[in-house]
Amino acid sequence: MSQIAGHLEPYLVLAGMLFAIGSFGFLARRNAISMLMSIELMLNAVNLAALALGAFIPSLAGQGAAFALLIIAVAAAEATVGLAIVIAIFRNRKTPLVDEYDTMRQ
Amino acid sequence: MPLPDVIPFIGLGWSDVLFLLLGGVVLAAAFGVVFGRDIIKSGLFLILTLGALAGIYVMLGAAIVAGAQVLVYIGAISVLILFAIMLTQSKVAPLKLAFQTQVAPAALAAVLLALLFGLAFGSTDWGSTVFTDTPAATGTAPVAAALFGPYLLAFEIASVLILAAVIGGLYLAMEPKGDEVGEELL
Repeated sequence: MSQIAGHLEPYLVLAGMLFAIGSFGFLARRNAISMLMSIELMLNAVNLAALALGAFIPSLAGQGAAFALLIIAVAAAEATVGLAIVIAIFRNRKTPLVDEYDTMRQ
Repeated sequence: MPLPDVIPFIGLGWSDVLFLLLGGVVLAAAFGVVFGRDIIKSGLFLILTLGALAGIYVMLGAAIVAGAQVLVYIGAISVLILFAIMLTQSKVAPLKLAFQTQVAPAALAAVLLALLFGLAFGSTDWGSTVFTDTPAATGTAPVAAALFGPYLLAFEIASVLILAAVIGGLYLAMEPKGDEVGEELL
């Protein structure tokens, strides 16, 4: 029998650590595309938590996977629009670094 | 000759070793995404993270989600991100400044968030969780029953959302009128 992979908590801890790493990347990186990649990490952490809960709690069977599929669809839409916005801004400002996007502040 | 259930000398089962391996790859590649100086390498580490996560999804018995992860995330979103990186990469950008000035508060916030997650997971009683070696593959019938039963409205709204995102992405990335059209691929 397994002592780690058969319990719920290790999966949730892994998801929490992945979410924390993604939030750090979103807050700290300068490149807009790096920030989008950090958002993808956070969405995947949520997916992992939903799937773990759906797999280990019998009354949630199937719902975790349904949530994960919906989150994947929303993430695809978010990546499309986000990268299009980054490319549109890059065409005007010639830089992907978010701390140089200060036109609206002036 | 069948393999023993518990690996000698370590005391862990085979699925434990698989989980630790995949989880270690996920965390190490996520650190590579966040801390990498070269953004192309960050994108490639993102693909590694998503692939290892698909392995963990298979361990959790959700093979359909793992397939969607490989098709949508690794096949589509990663390619989109790599395209955007190549379109926006400029050689004059200073590579040594990958982080903003708020990197120390950001690190503090992330560590606090991880500690908060640990406290919440440790103190919550999750009720009767099934204990198996690894969760058995449940097939797609419960997923379909949930997706086309209580979550049917969310499913339909997701399709409308994807249509709106496609049109919006095309409009946002379109070349403005008056310039030379056709120079760029996007």
